[in-house]
Amino acid sequence: MLSWVLPVVFAMVSLALILNFWSLQAGPGVPDRTLALDTMYINSSALIILYGIWQSGSLYFEAALLIAMLGFIGTVAVCKYLLRGDIIE
Amino acid sequence: MTLMWIPLLPLLGAVIAALTAHWGRTRCAWATAALPALALALILSLIPQLSETGSIKSTISWIPALGLNLSFRFDGLALLFSVLILGIGLLVILYARYYLSEKDSMGRFYAYLMLFMTAMLGIVLSGNLLQLWLFWELTSISSYLLISFWWHKPEARRGARLALTVTGAGGLALLAGILLLGRIAASFDLDVILQSGDLIREHRWYPAALLLILAGVFTKSAQFPFHSWLPHAMAAPTPVSAYLHSATMVKAGIFLLARLYPALAGTELWFIVVSSTGLITLLVGAYFANLKHDLKGLLAYSTISHLGLITLLFGLGTKLAAVAAVFHIINHATFKASLFMAAGIIDHECGSRDMRRINGLWKYMPYTAALAMIAASAMAGVPLLNGFLSKEMFFAETLEQEFLGSLSWMIPVLATLAGVFSVAYSVRFIHDVFFNGEPINLPKTPHEPPRYMKVPVEILVGLCLLVGILPNIVVGPLLNIASSAVLGGELPDYSLAIWHGFNLPLLMSLVAMAGGLFVYFHRAHLFRFQKQFPEWNASESFEMAMRRVQDAAGKLLDWLENGSLQRYLLLMLMLLILMLWPALTELTHLTGKRAHLPVDIPSLVAGGLLVVAGLGTVIYNRQRLIALLMLSVVGLVVSLAFARFSAPDLALTQLAVEVVTIILLMLALFFLPQKTPKESSPRRILRDICIAGLIGGIIGTICYALMTRELHSISDFFLANSKTGGGGTNVVNVILVDFRGFDTLGEITVLGIAALGIYNLLAGLRLFMPSGDSEGRQWALDRHPMILAVISQSLLPLALLVSVFIFLRGHNLPGGGFIAGLVTAVALILQYMAHGVDWMKTRLDIAYHRMIACGVLISALTGVASWLFQRPFLTSWFDHFHWPLVGEFELASAMVFDLGVYITVVGATLLILANLGQMTTSERPVTKEQD
Repeated sequence: MLSWVLPVVFAMVSLALILNFWSLQAGPGVPDRTLALDTMYINSSALIILYGIWQSGSLYFEAALLIAMLGFIGTVAVCKYLLRGDIIE
Repeated sequence: MTLMWIPLLPLLGAVIAALTAHWGRTRCAWATAALPALALALILSLIPQLSETGSIKSTISWIPALGLNLSFRFDGLALLFSVLILGIGLLVILYARYYLSEKDSMGRFYAYLMLFMTAMLGIVLSGNLLQLWLFWELTSISSYLLISFWWHKPEARRGARLALTVTGAGGLALLAGILLLGRIAASFDLDVILQSGDLIREHRWYPAALLLILAGVFTKSAQFPFHSWLPHAMAAPTPVSAYLHSATMVKAGIFLLARLYPALAGTELWFIVVSSTGLITLLVGAYFANLKHDLKGLLAYSTISHLGLITLLFGLGTKLAAVAAVFHIINHATFKASLFMAAGIIDHECGSRDMRRINGLWKYMPYTAALAMIAASAMAGVPLLNGFLSKEMFFAETLEQEFLGSLSWMIPVLATLAGVFSVAYSVRFIHDVFFNGEPINLPKTPHEPPRYMKVPVEILVGLCLLVGILPNIVVGPLLNIASSAVLGGELPDYSLAIWHGFNLPLLMSLVAMAGGLFVYFHRAHLFRFQKQFPEWNASESFEMAMRRVQDAAGKLLDWLENGSLQRYLLLMLMLLILMLWPALTELTHLTGKRAHLPVDIPSLVAGGLLVVAGLGTVIYNRQRLIALLMLSVVGLVVSLAFARFSAPDLALTQLAVEVVTIILLMLALFFLPQKTPKESSPRRILRDICIAGLIGGIIGTICYALMTRELHSISDFFLANSKTGGGGTNVVNVILVDFRGFDTLGEITVLGIAALGIYNLLAGLRLFMPSGDSEGRQWALDRHPMILAVISQSLLPLALLVSVFIFLRGHNLPGGGFIAGLVTAVALILQYMAHGVDWMKTRLDIAYHRMIACGVLISALTGVASWLFQRPFLTSWFDHFHWPLVGEFELASAMVFDLGVYITVVGATLLILANLGQMTTSERPVTKEQD
């Protein structure tokens, strides 16, 4: 079953990424764009986990974990910047 | 081995002089003098060995593969010069003890003097031309220190700069000449070069090599037109002048002339350049010496003139002339050193050196006067003194040459004319200073100097007399052995007799005497004649020229380095195009033989995203935050690509670096304008698009061409040896901590230095802080939203766990100290963002710069530890252990090294980011009130 589910999910997540990027460039506000980037991080980790399932490797899970964590921190930084300008105060 | 000690002992003396300075002046002088005296004794002990073998060599191999050895060679010429350097050096030490006042730092003076002595001995004892050049440069530098000893005097500083520039430039020319010579003879070894004289003279590079070497010689020996530095070097304390301008510094050039005589002399070019330079210098120096009112100025120009005489003798190229030159080197050193010392005594006791004011000193210091008069007579060439003998030989040699054909008579005539001037200034030295009425308006009443200040003068004047009366006994053997070293073996017949009968040289001497007296007593006419010329001061012209050079350099720098990063980038990219274009046009097949990988949807999408996000970054470049978001997409896709194409280590690193970069940029963004105005003209944009397109095309082509070819790199070696040699299956990590551990050590050091540099740049920087965002909205009032604070706090232990995990397994699976360090740093930065600097400071009070130092130290010490096991630096060790419960595990020394990397990375990242963030905290009174 995986043999046909995986390509379909790959295609769907890829499409999601494209839509995310569309939202990122369209905006209109910076919060919209930030949200788009954060969703891109989430979708990327999904993509990597999918790839790990396809390759049956556990290493990819860690990469996904890191993307999730670092993506969160990146988003926090952008949000802090929007709110206060100065991210470390 | 004994040879090595000879230059080394004075070098130790320099240290001793500096250490014993507080013992008092006399003790410091004795302690300093002990080592050169020992060196002199060593030299003398080598003489019996020398007369048996002709030359002694001692070599210590340094880099044998490059033919670089520490090589010392001792022969007759080296003997002569070493004796002069050490002998007169010892006398100068004694003399300087009484010359320098209490205010002058004795230790510093002696240390410089000893350093200079080392350099001079290094020159005369070197058995390798490159080594000789090194010591040659060292004399330039140490003489700079000596001349500028009284650095509070502007003329001393200027004089020292002038001397350093002239002799330093000459030194560069000399280096070029030596390199050419080394290529011609295929060796820098002095023995080889001296043996291959014929080969050198016939080589087509000979003229270039000769002229370059002569440029070095002439600048050092103050030959016309490079002579102007010497009179200005007289701003030095008189002991320095006595040493540098009688026996050493200026004689270094002459020494090299003598040293390379067998290899270079004997051609027409040699004769023309060397003898004409010598003759002009002889005349110019003698003429200007008459015009100087300053006692030391007179002696300075007289030195120039005598150096010209010696150069002329070498230029004549006959064997007898070379012998005469060597003889005059000895004589000039003795009488000129004593004259300088006498001038120093007069200056010391009268407070002036102006010959228009110091008159009639005979009454005040008859003893010193008598000594100075004997030395001055030797300089004039009065019979029964040493100067007479060598001058007689010089006159005889000018008569012997026939280089100018029917015009050959001109050389003896000009030599006699120089003799006339030489007698005239010597008479002036005697008559003006010691007779000629009473002193005029002197600051002190002159009297005899301290007893021991006269001892060096007495010894030198005694030598002048002894050599003059009993030349064969006193100086004959030394002259023989030195001259035969210059000539490379066979010596011509010559006699050192005082009386050769009535002949032409004697007549020339008599003419010079009579003419000199005549010129002296009619010197007023000479002064009046000279007054018609505009006065020219070499030091001032030099300063002006230097200022102009500095201005020009500044303008060039402003033009080249105008601070525009775009411009630097443009220049570099243009260069890249220039270099890559020809190579790529030669490549005929773009696609290699390797088959393409199948295309899948996610890769295609990611590739598309990469391109579009890249374009987006450019398009939104004037809205900085959006450009930054686009850039994040680029980074994300690149990490995905790394993960997709089996480079998980790279993917993890790229991700962590990406976030750190974004945070850093955002910190900096706060201080920058939110929007960039449109600055570039359309033409410029067009140009930039063209260049960027071109570069992109070129790099893309290279990548494509590379990726479609089978590539055999050194990676196979690493793959094969990673487990067996480094004990890890993660090849990337094993390369970092083991195979290329030394590189990593260097990199973390650089990282630490960069972080410290940023820290220092930021310290005390006060920047403008905007009070609202780009659309004019005020900043939010809540500094640290509670939800963020709670979530991030709970994230910290998880993140630390991840980083420990990544660190520990790094040796075998993707991870390692660098990634773990970045993850830890990012997690901590999150706390800074969520809670603020003050909150963090109370909980995590670590000095990050110390952390960097610890990290680098741990890594370096891990490397050093392998020395304990007699292994090379950074050899790694690993073994497997078995513990109950834990099971089998591996321990490797590389882990400790990796720990150092980890600590450095954390320290450096936090030092930069936390400090950049901290800059605003103390400076925000407005928001603090809002809390």
